[in-house]
Amino acid sequence: MSTATEQATPPNGADHKPRGMGRWLFSTNHKDIGTMYLIFAVVFGLVGALFSVLVRMEMAAPGIQVMNWLFFLGEPNQVFNVLITGHGLIMVFFMVMPALIGGFGNWFVPLMIGAPDMAFPRMNNISFWLLIPSALLLVGSIFVDGGPGVGWTVYAPLSTVGAPGAAVDMAILSLHLAGASSILGAINFITTIFNMRAPGMTLHKMPLYVWSVLVTAFLILLAMPVLAGAITMLLTDRNFGTAFFDAAGGGDPVLYQHLFWFFGHPEVYILILPGFGIISQVVSTFSRKPIFGYLGMAYAMVAIGFVGFIVWAHHMYASGLDVDTRAYFVAGTLVIAVPTGIKIFSWIATMWGGSIRFATPMIFAMGMIFLFTLGGVTGVVIANAGIDIAVHDTYYIVGHFHYTMSMGALFGIFTGFYYWIPKMTGRPYSELLGKIHFWLLFVGVNLTFFPMHFLGLAGMPRRIPDYPDAFAGWNMVSTLGSYISVLGTAVFLVLIYKMFRSKERVGANPWGEGATTLEWTVPSPAPFHTHQTPPRS
Amino acid sequence: MMADTHSDQNHPYHMVAPSPWPVLGAGAALVLAGGAIVFMHDGGPWIMLAGVAALLYVMFRWWADVIREAEDGHSHNPIVRIGLRYGMALFIVSEVMFFFGFFWAFFGASLFPAGGVWPPQGVEVLEPFDWPLLNTFILLASGATLTWAHHGLIEDDRRDLVQGLAATITLGITFTAIQAYEYSHAAFGFTEGIYPTTFYMATGFHGFHVIIGTIFLTVCLVRAVKGHFKPDHHVGFEAAAWYWHFVDVVWLFLFFSIYWWGS
Repeated sequence: MSTATEQATPPNGADHKPRGMGRWLFSTNHKDIGTMYLIFAVVFGLVGALFSVLVRMEMAAPGIQVMNWLFFLGEPNQVFNVLITGHGLIMVFFMVMPALIGGFGNWFVPLMIGAPDMAFPRMNNISFWLLIPSALLLVGSIFVDGGPGVGWTVYAPLSTVGAPGAAVDMAILSLHLAGASSILGAINFITTIFNMRAPGMTLHKMPLYVWSVLVTAFLILLAMPVLAGAITMLLTDRNFGTAFFDAAGGGDPVLYQHLFWFFGHPEVYILILPGFGIISQVVSTFSRKPIFGYLGMAYAMVAIGFVGFIVWAHHMYASGLDVDTRAYFVAGTLVIAVPTGIKIFSWIATMWGGSIRFATPMIFAMGMIFLFTLGGVTGVVIANAGIDIAVHDTYYIVGHFHYTMSMGALFGIFTGFYYWIPKMTGRPYSELLGKIHFWLLFVGVNLTFFPMHFLGLAGMPRRIPDYPDAFAGWNMVSTLGSYISVLGTAVFLVLIYKMFRSKERVGANPWGEGATTLEWTVPSPAPFHTHQTPPRS
Repeated sequence: MMADTHSDQNHPYHMVAPSPWPVLGAGAALVLAGGAIVFMHDGGPWIMLAGVAALLYVMFRWWADVIREAEDGHSHNPIVRIGLRYGMALFIVSEVMFFFGFFWAFFGASLFPAGGVWPPQGVEVLEPFDWPLLNTFILLASGATLTWAHHGLIEDDRRDLVQGLAATITLGITFTAIQAYEYSHAAFGFTEGIYPTTFYMATGFHGFHVIIGTIFLTVCLVRAVKGHFKPDHHVGFEAAAWYWHFVDVVWLFLFFSIYWWGS
């Protein structure tokens, strides 16, 4: 039936796959837009990875080496600053968010709730296309006025009086566009989930991935405009003579930190919650059991989202907050461990007694649970203001948040990729290459980031391209780890290539009885339009 | 096998046709952002203004499409209208959070003033119970006239609808004119420290929103004259009304905190 309908000429063009570039440029189809997001995320994931490997090459040994090769970009220390800034911003805004929310969210939220598309298909398209000018501005800024070497946090006064060139203005406007893109996306997801569920799909029956996107969308809706305000203030302080963050004019640089982290802390949950959702689907599918404690899992995400808005100043323990304020933020931050623990233990309880199949998505999910827990545990350590004073701005922090992001969010992305790519392409991937990819990446990231805890506890500061000889050993290990991750990524690219060359095809549900959500009821690859007749429970 | 795919569609949702406006809008945003960078680094404003013009054109065409769909008799059925209302309400929530940031800046500066007092020494503030109070009454009155228009609409009384909208728009323009007069007569300049910073940026963004709301209401007035709205089908009017009330509430916060308490 699908082939027959695809060839007919539609009365209004909405019902059929448009031909040529218009299909992508003018798209109003959630799957096509999701595909564009995923391609965008892969491309910028590679760019962000390139930046991080350049940083690790520089850090392999004391002294300045690699940054000297990049002389054409500017002075070595500034080039280093630009690389870490670019790495952070690209990975957050152009890799993790487009993959987890724009990519998988677009593809699978409508499929999982039985909706024919997103609520606002045109707005969905501008959400994606705004990322292109945003990315052009950020990448372009690297080549202007020495690049934006202010860190992904863009702290004032470094970002105001400390960096007067156009590069920082470009980075700020890049963030404005990326923020507008994600706010529009968030409105779209919330409306879709609230208004377009199939009959019988009550909120308390929704797959946990949909719950995770719903909570994430609310976090974006409430947090991103505050960032927009903060960076607008940066822009006017830089160019139009306002004094928001200028102490000489009665302003306060710490205000920027408050506004930034009021956005920034929810932002890290924006990055991880969709991964949590994917892990829940995959652990349930491959354990062939319903998720343990479904309602607890859903409301744990709601709780994480809520508490995420009232803990922001734990990023600012070294900014001169008074002791009572710090005591509150310690207590609030520790509370997050409770709903997070609910999730970890419920995943384990789901696997417990299950008939587990160790396919690639499952081993990535188990890897994610293990590694994210490590990052969570170090998070409990540094939530304590007293300890944080010692490790603030050291490699301990870099190690901590890469365990949550590089292993939590990234492993979540790969989990979703392997779980859903047969549905998206209709083709199987190579289990062998998938498992090689997992093990290389698993060894690589652990080798990269575990030693950072030792370095941080020993006092090695982050964001500095040179260091004393005493830190050389573990830095070399860390750099070797990043090379192994590069190798793993190469295997991933080979896997994608081989998958698209493959003549094999998969059925509607390649995962068997454990896969109970609605996306497995439609053919693989999913047709251009799905759920034209709402599924019934 | 069904040749007509419309009969395939057994759901109430609006499957939107492919549209050039989103990608062109993103292109206009790039011109606007690039032009803003040129402008902020001592270039002329022309690229930026071209970006603004392109963006306005895209918005005009895009929303013209939406209005056409609203009037086609089937696209915006009751279920779709619920979605449109969700969308507008959520957009207003995001706007609230944008202002939240500027109020944070204001209260941070005024509750913990760097010089020990607020307003800072030497700043001669505007008298709140002069023009600002009048503006408060004007906006409150505009909320009332808008409700009058809404009642006219619900009771299918087009004359009341048009008159109410026209009154609201007139009050909105009056408000903006008074704000402009106030700005030009304020004793403190834009770049003279944290008081004018928070004052002008918070009230300035509010004023910008008043202008947007006035345009939105003007579009509604044109549509009302053309006979677009029905008593049970007027999402565009509702969205404009919600937006106007939101702008009104922001002003009340501005008036009570920045103009009155902050003086």
